[in-house]
Amino acid sequence: MSILINKDTKVICQGFTGGQATQHCVQCIDYGTKLVGGVTPGKGGQTHLDLPVFNSVNEAVDKTGATASIIFVPARFCKASILEAAEAGISLVICITEGIPTIDMLEVKVRCDNLGVRLIGPNCPGIITPGECKMGIMPGDIHVPGKVGVISRSGTLTYEAVKQTTDFGFGQTSCVGIGGDPIPGSSFVDILDLFQKDPQTEAIVMVGEIGGTAEEVAAEFIKSNVTKPVVSYIAGVTAPSGKRMGHAGAIIAGGKGTAEDKFKALEAAGVYTVKSPAEIGRGVAEITGW
Amino acid sequence: MNLHEYQAKQLFRDYGIAVSEGVAASSADDAEKAALSLGTSKWVVKAQVHAGGRGKAGGVEVVDQIEKVRDFADKWIGTNLVTFQTDENGQLVNQILVETCTDIENELYLGAVIDRASQRLVIMASTEGGVNIEEVAEETPDKIFKVEVDPIEGTNDKDADHLSLHLELNESQSSQFRDIYKGLVKLFLEKDLALLEVNPLVITSTGDLLCLDAKINVDSNALYRQEALNEMRDSSQEDERESKAAEWGLSYVALEGNIGCMVNGAGLAMGTMDIIKLHGGEPANFLDVGGTADAERVAEAFKIILSDKNVNTVLINIFGGIVRCDVIANGIVEALTVMGVSVPVIVRLEGNNAEAGLKILDKCDLNIIPASNLQEAAELAVKASKGEIS
Repeated sequence: MSILINKDTKVICQGFTGGQATQHCVQCIDYGTKLVGGVTPGKGGQTHLDLPVFNSVNEAVDKTGATASIIFVPARFCKASILEAAEAGISLVICITEGIPTIDMLEVKVRCDNLGVRLIGPNCPGIITPGECKMGIMPGDIHVPGKVGVISRSGTLTYEAVKQTTDFGFGQTSCVGIGGDPIPGSSFVDILDLFQKDPQTEAIVMVGEIGGTAEEVAAEFIKSNVTKPVVSYIAGVTAPSGKRMGHAGAIIAGGKGTAEDKFKALEAAGVYTVKSPAEIGRGVAEITGW
Repeated sequence: MNLHEYQAKQLFRDYGIAVSEGVAASSADDAEKAALSLGTSKWVVKAQVHAGGRGKAGGVEVVDQIEKVRDFADKWIGTNLVTFQTDENGQLVNQILVETCTDIENELYLGAVIDRASQRLVIMASTEGGVNIEEVAEETPDKIFKVEVDPIEGTNDKDADHLSLHLELNESQSSQFRDIYKGLVKLFLEKDLALLEVNPLVITSTGDLLCLDAKINVDSNALYRQEALNEMRDSSQEDERESKAAEWGLSYVALEGNIGCMVNGAGLAMGTMDIIKLHGGEPANFLDVGGTADAERVAEAFKIILSDKNVNTVLINIFGGIVRCDVIANGIVEALTVMGVSVPVIVRLEGNNAEAGLKILDKCDLNIIPASNLQEAAELAVKASKGEIS
């Protein structure tokens, strides 16, 4: 079992023929992802990576039966691309692109919610179900099928958590990068809920960072809804106030959003926290007794 | 990206929002002309910097003689203003704003921000204007009133009236408030703002509403479609190294320590700072080289890190997902060779082509200390920064 994607998920790519998309789609196909085609307006009818290119998501869904889409289009076109996928009947949209204006996301989020579409990202590494399906830009070979569910706001920090759970021999059910933007399509809570309900997931790793209150909200949710052991690391104990730390959403504003507050909230919810990003694997071993 | 008060007020005017009358000036002569053009005999002169707390720092004065307008301009233009929000060097004053003087009956607060929890544009108002609103939020949160703007339906008079009621405005003021409210929401959404604050929004002695101050922060991600705002950028108000880094697609934030950090990914970059601290060291900076780092960018990253004279050790932590470790390794070797870097450089490479990267580092005869994992990298960097290894 896994969450969101598996070996049968039919995937299309929006912005398919672009450089970044091509590079990563090759790796996704190599990994075993059932990529069934892609969309680049104006290039419909062509073939790319031995797969059909369509002018619109509607057409792609119609011809391939795809249910998931991974988006690589430039930030300025993302709002339109996400909405196009959502309105065409795609149920899982993963937006890798970084730099989407926040105002665009306000509307995108409401429209996706209204249509019952699950959006992951933007500004994220994507999702992987080890050994089955990779919809993202993560290095596939650090993952092994297993029993830990991983959720993170960061890209490379997710890889760090994954590598450690692999090195300890635990493996992962699925790994979800929810992205570093202020308005993410899916929150920690959304994904925690899925991992809690997934029978194969036996422990959860949640990697947060400074900015906003998503971790505090997650802590509340864990307290009353999650029975599985959760290990958490929050990046940015040393981050100064008022400075944006790379991610658009990683900023301590008016004294709110500090790593200390988040650690405290998670600990109060019974989450096992680690203060070092190198201790995530050990934390899982400790709390599960594996 | 922040705007100056005078720029923010111009945007307010463009959206029909009532602001005090004023003209920006960048010399004493201009300031005198500005003052005379306003047709009054009493002025407020305000130093323009991207920081709050100007009043207490002497950056705002009320004057009633034209010579004093000149004096104020002479005193501040070209000088740095230090407030509680700036660092010890302060911010350079390039312009002053000369405004007509307003007789104030009452001071209110009005703000707009993207609220991450509700995922809505939220408009906040308070009767406690003219003071630090964060303190009000902390001490008397019941004095701040909020309404959410629906991203699809937009704004309506009901929301404005809800706030008016709490602000205890009379009928004519409520009607003025509707216009201000609608104007601000329109401005916020059309100009891709991240934050907008009017503190204070005042009731004048004639009973009218007027925006006396204006603070605007623009969503940097949207500058590609906000050309006019992009042109308002005042890079003299920004950290030189941060701006330089941004030109190369690098995110850099200076800190106080001595271990320079070069990391790919914002989360891991923060994690690297944290683990240094945890092992008893002090990070000198946050630096994300991004997902497409090449030799040139690595070299630029080195230049920026080493321009901080406190740096005596560099820790490079790369987890290659998109970025290939051999490319980074070549960049490190090239940069160290060309720049003649003398400080110890601890390198941890993991992920995409890591082995090839480590081989490249092995072969060169530079002062590079390889580390096999994140923990070891942090320990080595802390030791090196304390002179225990070199």
